[in-house]
Amino acid sequence: MANFIERMCLYLVLVLSVFLSIIQAVDRSNFKTCDQSAFCSRQRAMKPGQSSYRALLETLELSDSHLTVQLLNNNNKVLLLLELYRLQGNMTRVKINELKPVKPRYEVPDVLITDPPTELMSVVAQDEHRVVLSLGGEDWRLILSAQPFRLDIMEGPQVLLSLNSRGLLAFEQLRIRKDTISHKISSTVGSMWDKIKSVFSSKSQTDTKEAGEKEDTEKHDKEKVSEGEEAEEEVDQPGMWEETFKTHADTKPNGPSSISLDFSLPGVEHVYGIPEHADGLRLKNTDGGDPYRLYNLDVFQYELFNPMALYGAVPVLLSHNTHRTMGLFWLNAAETWVDVSSGQGSSEVPQTDVRWISESGIIDVFIMLGPRPNDVFTQYASLTGTQAFPPLSSLAYHQCRWNYNDQEDVSAVDQGFDEHDIPYDFIWLDIEHTDGKRYFTWDNNKFPQPKDMLQGLLDKRRKMVTIVDPHIKVDSSYKIHTEIRSRGYYIKNKDGGDYEGWCWPGNAGYPDFTNPEMRKWWASMFAYGQYEGSMENLYTWNDMNEPSVFNGPEVTMHKDALHGPWEHRDVHNLYGFYVQMATAEGQIQRSGGLERPFVLTRAFFAGSQRYGAVWTGDNAAEWGHLKMSIPMCLSLGLVGISFCGADVGGFFKTPSAELLVRWYQAGAYQPFFRAHAHLDTPRREPWLFGPDNTALIREAVRQRYTLLPYWYLQFYHAQRTGQPVMRPLWVEYPEDIATFSIDDEFLIGRDLLVHPVTDERSSGVTAYLPGNGEVWYDVHTFQRHDGAQNLSIPVTMSSIPVFQRGGSIICRKNRVRRSSSCMENDPYTLYVALDSQGNAEGELYIDDGHTFKHETDKQFIHRRLSFTANSLSSSDLSPDSQFPSASWVEQVNILGAQKPDAVTLTTTDGGESSVEFAFDPDTAVLTLRKPGMNAGVNWTLHLR
Amino acid sequence: MSCALLLLLMSLALAMGTGAAVEIQRPRGVPLSSEQFYEENKPFTCLDGSSTIPFDRINDDYCDCRDGSDEPGTAACPNGSFHCTNAGFRPAFIPSSRINDGICDCCDTTDEYNSGATCQNTCREMGRKERESLQIMAEITKEGFMLKQQLIHEAKRGQEDKQGKLTELQGSKKGLEEKVEALRTVKETAEDPEKEAKERHLKSWEEQKELIRMEKDKTRMAEAFLELDDDADGYVSVAELQSHLELDPDSDGSLTETETQVRCLSSSSTLFLPLKADDEVSMPPYDTETQSLIDGAYSHLFYNLGLVPQSLICDPEFIWICRNLEKEIGFDFGPSAEFAYLYSQCYELSTSEYIYRLCPFNRVSQKPKFGGSETNLGLWGQWAGPEDSLYSVMKYDHGQGCWQGPNRSTTVKLTCGKETVVTSTSEPSRCEYLMEFTTPAVCQEPASLDEVLQGHTEL
Repeated sequence: MANFIERMCLYLVLVLSVFLSIIQAVDRSNFKTCDQSAFCSRQRAMKPGQSSYRALLETLELSDSHLTVQLLNNNNKVLLLLELYRLQGNMTRVKINELKPVKPRYEVPDVLITDPPTELMSVVAQDEHRVVLSLGGEDWRLILSAQPFRLDIMEGPQVLLSLNSRGLLAFEQLRIRKDTISHKISSTVGSMWDKIKSVFSSKSQTDTKEAGEKEDTEKHDKEKVSEGEEAEEEVDQPGMWEETFKTHADTKPNGPSSISLDFSLPGVEHVYGIPEHADGLRLKNTDGGDPYRLYNLDVFQYELFNPMALYGAVPVLLSHNTHRTMGLFWLNAAETWVDVSSGQGSSEVPQTDVRWISESGIIDVFIMLGPRPNDVFTQYASLTGTQAFPPLSSLAYHQCRWNYNDQEDVSAVDQGFDEHDIPYDFIWLDIEHTDGKRYFTWDNNKFPQPKDMLQGLLDKRRKMVTIVDPHIKVDSSYKIHTEIRSRGYYIKNKDGGDYEGWCWPGNAGYPDFTNPEMRKWWASMFAYGQYEGSMENLYTWNDMNEPSVFNGPEVTMHKDALHGPWEHRDVHNLYGFYVQMATAEGQIQRSGGLERPFVLTRAFFAGSQRYGAVWTGDNAAEWGHLKMSIPMCLSLGLVGISFCGADVGGFFKTPSAELLVRWYQAGAYQPFFRAHAHLDTPRREPWLFGPDNTALIREAVRQRYTLLPYWYLQFYHAQRTGQPVMRPLWVEYPEDIATFSIDDEFLIGRDLLVHPVTDERSSGVTAYLPGNGEVWYDVHTFQRHDGAQNLSIPVTMSSIPVFQRGGSIICRKNRVRRSSSCMENDPYTLYVALDSQGNAEGELYIDDGHTFKHETDKQFIHRRLSFTANSLSSSDLSPDSQFPSASWVEQVNILGAQKPDAVTLTTTDGGESSVEFAFDPDTAVLTLRKPGMNAGVNWTLHLR
Repeated sequence: MSCALLLLLMSLALAMGTGAAVEIQRPRGVPLSSEQFYEENKPFTCLDGSSTIPFDRINDDYCDCRDGSDEPGTAACPNGSFHCTNAGFRPAFIPSSRINDGICDCCDTTDEYNSGATCQNTCREMGRKERESLQIMAEITKEGFMLKQQLIHEAKRGQEDKQGKLTELQGSKKGLEEKVEALRTVKETAEDPEKEAKERHLKSWEEQKELIRMEKDKTRMAEAFLELDDDADGYVSVAELQSHLELDPDSDGSLTETETQVRCLSSSSTLFLPLKADDEVSMPPYDTETQSLIDGAYSHLFYNLGLVPQSLICDPEFIWICRNLEKEIGFDFGPSAEFAYLYSQCYELSTSEYIYRLCPFNRVSQKPKFGGSETNLGLWGQWAGPEDSLYSVMKYDHGQGCWQGPNRSTTVKLTCGKETVVTSTSEPSRCEYLMEFTTPAVCQEPASLDEVLQGHTEL
């Protein structure tokens, strides 16, 4: 078996060695630096200075919803159209496009959930130099300056943000190519060229390029004269009409089309976001290095602390200081680079300058003005939607490996979890489960009876995920391929044929997921009748959807490939987004719209949160990668993608038992909790490292399961409000500067603070507990600690430092069973952590865990739990919803309590009963024994 | 509250085919053996002694005891366990988290008394099946054990034979070696005058010769490889040397004929090296002065050599018979040498893609069914069973390296059977193979069948 794989691999390597250098740790030379990317290096060569753009105020038009004004480039006289919108919810949208492009420029569809509703904008003052617009309120102003063009957003006398203040607005207008052979011939009259023409046309363009450029300069000189001094003719620069990287030529029939704009943020020292990068939470200064790159790429063995592009891209940047949080959403799906430069602005005020550069499309930027972190999340959610509410079981533990070999293997692993009493909900099958990497099929020898296998899992209330990648094996006997080909759904190469590239199956085609017809068809392939061997407990994993093309430039698709009228260049970062969209839609449809989907994706874009989960791709079994999982998921959470996780254990290489245990402990407290391993690594199911380690892993997984009600509640909130589930501390403590750069600990929701142990042979960690006047309780010992301090915590191998915020109430299910579904009707235990005033609040959310009935039929329970004046009560937060739950309250633990004389329970039917209790004076924990009320009713517990 | 389940008295039919019913009363989930701790209507002390609670708190769906002993019949305690009687089959403990989880765990359905799961009582059927398979196993074990006795007997005889043969061979070898040693002394004295002259000549020749030799080695290696495909047939041939990589002087993974010769000569006497150094390309003649010195020494030597049965000492087969015998005698063939019969045998298993081949105490390999070369999945390493049954697992390692991975290795699990067969192979982890192998040699002395069955039909 290994032999076969090995041969295939060798074969592949042999075939690819022409294109790829031999695979090792990240080969940086496979990926472009800004210098190697023609548009980036052109744009970056432009230095801050006076902008050549002038706003023609005489063209200004103001309607109810927006303002338009033309911008003139003084150098080349090209006109742009600026559109300004004041959006509901304290946002401003700035759109800049060519006034009259020679052909349309790409505007990203499908990412915004709706055309953002606008609000009235009014002119407050106007003269020949500027226009002052009101953004609502007394002192919110937008100032448009004419010469040079710039925009300033003000609150009172304070500048919050300026556009083009450094003069880096640049817009490469679309143009007709002038250096082609035919142009040369027409512009250089002479029969000599006619003779040469036939010779040249048989050669490649690169051969003639140099000659062409020379001719071009001559021609320009001529034109200059005729056009007079009106426009300064631009000289073509290298890489404008074609570009070669390694052996890959990018023909650029549309020529240069890049755009750039700068933003200045006075008073800002901390900026975040623009994932995905393997870097710290706080963005670094990119002066002197490469900008952060956003270009979805399959990077083999990525490096840490690096601005290189990774699998996904969300062009959203957040700025934060003690007064204000803001966001910039640069809606562009082409290759994008972001420069960040922090330093002193004028008058010694700190300032951060940000510059965005994209290869094509238009400038379409949403300025989210906060002012609180929560406001920015709400604002961004109103544009791109919120995290899809996942099935409850997908928040539990996932067991994955490339690959579980066959049905017997799956059954043995399933059995292994039961034998070792470790819960799990999902087992995953990677690419080897298919018939020759033909997705939607099964290897007949290894998985002859997939339905039997799925039924076996279903019998244990467990589920499975199979991988379905977007590259489709070119094979005339493969139905998926022949259908896509005959329907014309494949992406086309520059010459109009079906684009083909190498991936796992060998030669593969790539369906055009930007085509809604294609997505519809793809979704229909998940119907039970279409996907043979599938059942309702089978879910999907979309990998390689950057898209990964082994023999393509930078291991992805050629930019001159065609998606209908658009080039791949324009849509690249959207591809993975669409793949997951179509797959999730397929899962919804197969259940007749009843069941929530679960789809994991590796590539993503702004808005991907609406379709499922993401993971941080092919990490490695190294302590550094364990640490990095925290800032990577925090960054994703800030830009809407809450359902994030890293491969527990590390994908490449082999973890030590200690690293594996620590990773389980950290992963148990991150949103998406899945262990995964590379094909070449030894097996690492949790029980293979001796009984001690098995026990440690079991305990970590069990902690996850007890907290599932809390996780579920957080995702309910995330779906409703767009607040991230896993949060940096500064989101909840925006005025505490000490929290601004912390990325080795995090919050889950508001109430749990987690500081995982991520160092080898660690004997202790120092956790920062935020909040002046707040208290935190160790969830394991109930020990109470004051906020606003660095707390040294000694640790052993079993330690997972987690703290509950004083003032919160958390519901757990302490009866951990073999899967989350088995715990459906189990009772709750409440942990009431009192704040320094003796109060606490929390919520409880319950529904069926897997359907849309909470939405469609209002079938859910949402309750407020509140402890105040020595009474704990449960009240209905959603009186018009209903759900019959068998769950009840088996225990209440009040942390930081005093011993009462008596405890009584009052229910709405007027019943009153006394409740037994125990008080531990050492920990100040009051435990109420079996109050027993149903989780869905009103009740009050009185402490006297 | 519906979940509050107080003491539930169990009515159990001790039916065991007779239909006679005996009523036993004890809390749900408690095994007979612990019944005495749960005295009705008396305060219950947790089995770990941690606290004492009223009797009505047993199985009241709230965990009062740290050890979970107050909730043997509910899922309230995280560390509790539930006892299923499983009348007709085997009683079992399950974690109490499996009570009422909607999944039938106990064949008598007693774990799902309040979950709505519809479970069928399958104990009788399972009991019947298990008895049948136990019966079959017992028969196999019985026959297998008899075969094992035979194997032990044969092994003992075989070992004795081999030991005798080895002693004999070693004796004659020793005699010869003494003779050679005597000759060496004679030669060395005769040689001295010529040595210096010869060395001069040799030095210049050496360089030239090295080139030629390298060329030749290549050709020979290729030829040797062609011969290596022979089955292990009990005889030690040159071809088989290939599997003994520890004897391979240049560690190139093969032993060429040249190498065999070198080893043969060096292990018997360096005396013959100059003579056999190169059999096809001869050294250019010495100058006359040197030649005359040499002539003196050589004529003397040739005379003496005639007395030595050179062919025997130098014969690779002789050397290898000795070595092989030594090696075989040195192997750990189990406490009574019951695994000796596997030595120099090979067993194959054909799967859809490959033919797997186990040659015990030697190697494991895999060959694609439809063309392609054989892959070494590991060479004999050691017995690797757990402490109490060391001889139940064989480990073969240092097989062919994996691309971007470890060297292949194979674990062979031995189970009792009448036949000696490979029953399955798998690759649980990349390049780590698992083979199941049945042999009578691991069959344990069977307990009487009645005993076996009795152990499984407890109430």
